[in-house]
Amino acid sequence: MVKEPVEKRIDINSEIHAKNDGQKHKGIDLKTVNLKEVNTKEKTYVDDIDRSIYDFRFEEKDFFRVEGGLTPEIVKQISKEKNDPEWMKEFRLKSLNIYNKMPVPDWGPSIDELNMDNIVTYVRPNTDMKGDWSEVPDDIKITFERLGIPEAERTSLAGVGAQFDSELVYHSVKEEVAAMGVIYTDFESSLHGKYADMVKKYFMKLITPGDHKFAALHGAVWSGGSFVYVPPGVNVDIPLQSYFRLNAPGAGQFEHTLIIVDEGAYLHFIEGCSAPKYNVANLHAGAVEIFVKKNARVRYSTIENWSKNMYNLNTKRAIVEEGGAIEWVSGSFGSKVSYLYPMSILNGSGAKAEFTGVTFAGEGQNLDTGAKILHNAPNTSSFINIRSISKSGGINTYRSSVVIAKHAKNSKSAVSCQSLMLDNISRSDTIPAMDIRTKDADVGHEASIGRISDDSIFYLMSRGLSEEDAKALIVSGFADNVSKELPLEYAVEMNNLIRLEMIGSIG
Amino acid sequence: MELLKLEGVDVKIEEKQILHDISLKINKGETHVIMGPNGAGKSTLGHAIMGNPKFEVTAGRILYKGEEINDESPDKRAKAGIYLSFQNPLEVPGVSLSNFVRTAGEQISGERIKFMQFRRKVEETLDILQMGKEYADRDLNVGFSGGEKKKSEIFQLLMLKPTLAILDEADSGLDVDAVRIVSEGVREYKENMDGTLLIITHSTRILQSLKVDVVHIMVNGRIVDTSDASLIEKINAEGFERYLANA
Repeated sequence: MVKEPVEKRIDINSEIHAKNDGQKHKGIDLKTVNLKEVNTKEKTYVDDIDRSIYDFRFEEKDFFRVEGGLTPEIVKQISKEKNDPEWMKEFRLKSLNIYNKMPVPDWGPSIDELNMDNIVTYVRPNTDMKGDWSEVPDDIKITFERLGIPEAERTSLAGVGAQFDSELVYHSVKEEVAAMGVIYTDFESSLHGKYADMVKKYFMKLITPGDHKFAALHGAVWSGGSFVYVPPGVNVDIPLQSYFRLNAPGAGQFEHTLIIVDEGAYLHFIEGCSAPKYNVANLHAGAVEIFVKKNARVRYSTIENWSKNMYNLNTKRAIVEEGGAIEWVSGSFGSKVSYLYPMSILNGSGAKAEFTGVTFAGEGQNLDTGAKILHNAPNTSSFINIRSISKSGGINTYRSSVVIAKHAKNSKSAVSCQSLMLDNISRSDTIPAMDIRTKDADVGHEASIGRISDDSIFYLMSRGLSEEDAKALIVSGFADNVSKELPLEYAVEMNNLIRLEMIGSIG
Repeated sequence: MELLKLEGVDVKIEEKQILHDISLKINKGETHVIMGPNGAGKSTLGHAIMGNPKFEVTAGRILYKGEEINDESPDKRAKAGIYLSFQNPLEVPGVSLSNFVRTAGEQISGERIKFMQFRRKVEETLDILQMGKEYADRDLNVGFSGGEKKKSEIFQLLMLKPTLAILDEADSGLDVDAVRIVSEGVREYKENMDGTLLIITHSTRILQSLKVDVVHIMVNGRIVDTSDASLIEKINAEGFERYLANA
């Protein structure tokens, strides 16, 4: 491992934080056109024999633009439907205001195809479209089949079916942990229950609407998600799985997860599942906030597999107090574009963060993933271990930021990042930024890039594995940093996913 | 029964001709040895029989159980019962030795292997090779010493029980004790699994405890002599110089 105390500031770091200031809106002009005017205008054109169809279409586009903007009325409507307390309504409106002022980030993969003019279609998808199984793309259906997901579950995962048995499982888990004093509930109910004040105190304090445009959007239109509170000293020995909550309408798109683990307690929270979630509204802007109190430990595991049309612009953040630890385990699959850099703020002496991730970018995917660590106290330590796999023209960018503040003496950070390229048309970039403000720190970074050797493939084939299986096995092995950290059934699912992604990779 | 037959096989790698007009015949249950100096093309022969795509068979036929397999992929050949132990086994991080062997076994047999039964067999086999049980859970060949890698190949041989095993320099670089253990494993395969062997070696140490039926001498990509086991003694005494002088 290359170890060198880095003193100079690397500029790339500034790119990792969304450049919010001084940017122009990218051609987004949500000007309000009076509906009446459009209609009147249209009428005058009706008698005009020279009117071209093109003109008419232009008018129609304007008509949609009126409907497309996200207005306070729409946000108020959402708030009303959700039965928000007053403060939440105000919070949403304030976030909306910020959202409308902020530019779209322009430092990562292009999200130009995301129709920001018509953001409301992402926020309030047409439910008729959602309700039709025949609208679900074939590749998603085939994947469900291959993963062996039961019919009832498939329709639910595709967002087109009724809720299924998992609701029952969820309730039993909820009761089991409640006996330990743990609060585990859907986010909407948390706003009205016994812990409403606590939720108010912590909600979007770690990820604030001002962080970036999609955090602001999230603040305005969030829906669904989970709230977890673990009291001091409680060791939750079964992992809590948000999977059971993903079926609520609108959840899995702007869901909010708030986890507070009190002093000396332990929690393992698992988000997502291997089945691709199909959503006609292909924007995901969720938020995860984790508060790790003194000497507490939280493990947050995710296997995400978004449908290949999804823009995954998710924000995750944890703040860790003295002696506490956050462990992120993350498998990122699917999506068209991802921006994902879970952040750990080490805020008390001896706090620790570990990020273990794997990202798989296949055809047509541009995945920008990594992690952010802020060492904000002495004796803190962090370890980032990321593997990325690029195939069939897929683009992987590893982007990380490690900041060691001036007062974070005697802190340690190690970053390891390995890329596997499966062909010559794929791409893998590494942008590790380190901003070390003290000489009294131990920082290491290692990066490597490789490909699967023909000899390895022949070796495995000589033992009876097909070329496909041989490659899949090697790739699964490469991703074992994540799979060995996951509960067995999730590890198996992840390996199945890798196998599915690898099928057809020959030639 | 005739198991493997090569008829006038030429092999090239990239544009270079390595093997010339190789013919040999191995019956089921026999043990054949291919000896020859370094660089004679012995390993190439093993890889060509296994179907390594790097090596192109440009002439002749490779017949296994009477059927030509020139165009079969390596995994098809493995499923048909051919095994090649590698001179330099590859390291595969993240895949444990036992999981790998189980996967391979399932691919070859087409049947699911029951875990408990499999685990017992793994431990018994590791025992034969005097390998600790922890090897089962170690990543395939990763960080293994030269000797451990060779043992890992024999371990896989005993677990997969192929019909024909080609051992490519299974004893090279091993100390005396390790050679004895590897030989023991090979004997186990031959005697208890009704094995057929093609042993590629440039030394004779591994052959001491085995009954050898046929010895082929390969020099400069050609088989220049074929005889019974007595040839081994001769080579031990004289080396390959006699053949080199003629070549």
